[in-house]
Amino acid sequence: MEEFMLIFRHEDGNKVASPEQIQVWMKQTMDWIGGIAAQNKFVQGNGLPFEDARVVRPNNLVTNGPFGEIKETIAGYIIVKADSVEEAVEFAKGSPVLQGEGNSVEVRKIARGDGIH
Amino acid sequence: MQPQELIPHLFRSEFSKLTAVLCRHMGIGHMEAAEDIVSETFLSALENWSYKGLPPNPVAWLYTVAKNKCRNYIQRNQLFNIKIAQELRSQSADSNETDIDLSEQNITDSQLRMLFVICHPSIAPEAQIGLSLRILCGFGIEEIANAFLVNRETINKRLYRAKEKLKAENVSIELPIPAAINERLDNVLTTLYLLFNEGYYSESHDSILREDLCLEAMKLVYLLLQNEQTNQPKVHALLSLMCFHSSRFAARKNQQGEIVLYHDQDESRWNYELIAKGAFHLKQASQGDQFSKYHLEAGIAYWHTIKTDNSEKWENILQLYNQLLRLEYSPVAALNRTYALSKVYGKQVAINEAEKLQLNNNHYYFILLGELYCDINNDRASFNFEKAFEMAKNQTDRQIIKKRLDELQQGNLPTHCQ
Repeated sequence: MEEFMLIFRHEDGNKVASPEQIQVWMKQTMDWIGGIAAQNKFVQGNGLPFEDARVVRPNNLVTNGPFGEIKETIAGYIIVKADSVEEAVEFAKGSPVLQGEGNSVEVRKIARGDGIH
Repeated sequence: MQPQELIPHLFRSEFSKLTAVLCRHMGIGHMEAAEDIVSETFLSALENWSYKGLPPNPVAWLYTVAKNKCRNYIQRNQLFNIKIAQELRSQSADSNETDIDLSEQNITDSQLRMLFVICHPSIAPEAQIGLSLRILCGFGIEEIANAFLVNRETINKRLYRAKEKLKAENVSIELPIPAAINERLDNVLTTLYLLFNEGYYSESHDSILREDLCLEAMKLVYLLLQNEQTNQPKVHALLSLMCFHSSRFAARKNQQGEIVLYHDQDESRWNYELIAKGAFHLKQASQGDQFSKYHLEAGIAYWHTIKTDNSEKWENILQLYNQLLRLEYSPVAALNRTYALSKVYGKQVAINEAEKLQLNNNHYYFILLGELYCDINNDRASFNFEKAFEMAKNQTDRQIIKKRLDELQQGNLPTHCQ
């Protein structure tokens, strides 16, 4: 069993959704994660709120958030257990993030820290 | 009351108090002796009171006799130590000097300490439950054997090994230091949770015994709430959960002693006083920033006290199960979550998710699949119920599954299946 990180990318972090819409997404996300957890395949996850986001660049250059300059922002991630990358991809397909045009879920295997990976 | 009736009644309530105080007084190595002294005290009571009549204050009589027996034991033990094992001389020298304190405060305090000793991580959960029943709840070996559906011999061995282990580890009869109390408290709560479940889901036919088990578990949780250090939101949450569950005691069994499933229960037989208590402790549990699986389970149990199906109820139950599974996976939570899913999104959605669970050696999994396929695909429903029937380990479960199968074959599905 490997661990994979599913990284949620939003096309445009500046788009503001209505509170109702946010609530619907939240519930869908919880149901989606609940389904993975019910298979005992959920490890952990976090949302990454846009407020208080900073980007630090060389020469102590600090800017507010990555928005405006780059197209995509990372909105959160979860870590799942899966036998193969294909299984992890199946989990990713259910993510409500994909309902948004231009959004994506990136699937990355977590290095085991065994000196090989 | 006749002595014959009074003694068992007193035994339960006084056994644990006396044993806790004596254990604390004599040290963990003398747990067995403390138990014996208390048992002998009750035996003396039986002999004396039967002939001479009840003393004016039976409890005080018991305390005096127990104290004397305890002092004699310590003296004998000391003599033995002096003569045979010089190096052990100091072991119980102190305890002879101080009086055995049987004040209410010291009793509660000793019981709380013993609760932490018995729930020590060095002994297995099964043994923790057994020892709790014996030492903290004053259950007889026979009763414990009955509750676990095993023979006396097995229980005796289990308890003996656990006591030896505690002795070997030299577990001190103290509350853990504040820095460690939280972690140890989690262990205590797990044991009390299992103790309650042992009563609630026990296969034993003795319904009074089963209820007693649950009530004793609740008393011990209450004991934790009385101490400042252990009066914590998660403890309130556990008690809340227990109150909600036990409110359904009377409604859970019919006159033939068969299990009545939740949706068939007559809610006028639910105990609304316990439901109110559960709500009170749930409110207490929400003070502060603690969050535990007991909070989530109490929340789920709360929604189950509302009998009528509505979307708000099942939405909430589903979200609570989602959170519970993220916190701690268990097959039963996965199954219940999928059932809630069917209530919110319909059976087809739930079937898709259920098929992914692959809990192929759990007969409840096939009961769930059977329920979900009812009316969607009755052949598959029958297939799954039959599979569950083959795998079911006990009579109660087989009975329930058989009933479902019969209903399915006769084409009259139970209402909640439609």
